[in-house]
Amino acid sequence: MFQLIAPFFQDLYERTGLNFIVFYAPYEYDRFLSGIAISLQLIFWSIVASLLIGVFGAWAQSARSPVLRGLVGAYIQAFRNTPPMIQLLFFYFALGAFTPQVDMGGYYQPLISSFAWAIISLGIFGGAFNVEIFRSGLEAVPDSTREAAESLCMSKWQIYTYVTLPLAFRISLPALTNNLISLAKTTSLAYVISVPEVTYSLNQVWSDNINVPEMMLLLFLFYILVVSLLAAGLHFLERRLALPGYGQ
Amino acid sequence: MNDGAFRIDRHRFAVEHFSSRLHWRHGLWLALAFFGSFVLAHAQSDTQRIPSAIGTLFIWLPFILKGFGLNLLMSFIAMACATVLGVGLGLLQISHSRWVSLPAWFITHLFRNSPWLVILFMVMFLVPFEMQVPGLGIVRLPDWVKATFAFSLPVMANISEILRGAVNSIPKGQWESAESLAFTRAQTLRWIILPQCIRRAIPPWMNWYALLALATPMASVLGVREAVGNAQAAMEAAGARPEFLLPFYLFLLCLFFAYIYPIALWTRKLERKYVVAN
Repeated sequence: MFQLIAPFFQDLYERTGLNFIVFYAPYEYDRFLSGIAISLQLIFWSIVASLLIGVFGAWAQSARSPVLRGLVGAYIQAFRNTPPMIQLLFFYFALGAFTPQVDMGGYYQPLISSFAWAIISLGIFGGAFNVEIFRSGLEAVPDSTREAAESLCMSKWQIYTYVTLPLAFRISLPALTNNLISLAKTTSLAYVISVPEVTYSLNQVWSDNINVPEMMLLLFLFYILVVSLLAAGLHFLERRLALPGYGQ
Repeated sequence: MNDGAFRIDRHRFAVEHFSSRLHWRHGLWLALAFFGSFVLAHAQSDTQRIPSAIGTLFIWLPFILKGFGLNLLMSFIAMACATVLGVGLGLLQISHSRWVSLPAWFITHLFRNSPWLVILFMVMFLVPFEMQVPGLGIVRLPDWVKATFAFSLPVMANISEILRGAVNSIPKGQWESAESLAFTRAQTLRWIILPQCIRRAIPPWMNWYALLALATPMASVLGVREAVGNAQAAMEAAGARPEFLLPFYLFLLCLFFAYIYPIALWTRKLERKYVVAN
């Protein structure tokens, strides 16, 4: 791949001055690719974490204990109404100071890396929105549907997994799509705790080579591509899972 | 009972509808955690000679609050610009001419689907720091002005979408009856459609203001001296002791929470009023 495109971009640079160095210098090429890989991993894992938090949070919010409900409510409000960037800084610097260090033979490394902190922090941030989305999905499932399942002698857990959850998931999918896309875009904030994702690595590239406009173009293309693919995937899921007779 | 068996209330899961049941008690938790961290930091710092973390925070409080003032100023100006530009862009988007609506659609989606940080980098690096303006000579653009402009771009794109959505949500019959009264398209928009859109658009507009205010700390990445930048500078100046980190960052979180939370409550109230009105 690299061998194929390198001469073209080298030529482009020599003729026009458009310096897409990440496509013809092996060192920058590696830096760019690893940035993309880390960005994609970050997006994937923070989405997974936020979904898990969303499901458990929604379940906890329907619990009987007022303490549990209050705690989940406080969590949602605290993380929705504060800047995600300060949350990242808070997790990485303030809480990171308390995590144990591991002896790596001569030097010490924190047990939780900045990448892991980014996943934790972004997962918790996105999860705060997902709890709300799932909860309103669960609430939208009509009581009589649940009663019908009860009358068929289904246990509480069975009703939850076979009746309520599948319905609630479909109902909350449109809102979920919006939130997951916004979460994917927010991962670029991991830059502030120096996770070497694509924004960070391209920032290094343009600092070294002074080719900001070209690299900026790449950055835009990357995010637009990722967001479009994510949106297309989720819309496909929405169409596949659409309940006949609902909506519209 | 049977009637409601398979009914799903659509308005309950509309996108704007997720700022659930807010309560002042939720804020209390955050404040409690904040003061708890003070106690923790106080217990850690060893006495007398050096001021404790909480003492340091009090010394630097005016400096951080001054930075927060800049956050607020940036959010106000950016919101004003975004509203004006966004309404313009939204009107272009609903134009009947393909040559107008397509570029407007493209700009809207470009800025809607890019991360704020990337847009911030783009404006900070690609907009010159001084410009030759005819009649005014050389005009310097301070960093915070550029950052403000950068923040207004994604909000502009979203307001453009809000406007398009609100206009589309007006029943078609209104357009037709206006047409039968010999209103031109511009007159219909000005006197019939847009006045109805305003009320529908206010809750999402406020929601975007909250998101904008929450995004302003990003400017500190590029050296604008707002709350986060100032807090970091204060920590450095006070000796960069690790026990500062927890109370300082928690204080910043509380500061933003104290500002955004009432706005979220108010938005929620307006939303509920709007649902009832329908």
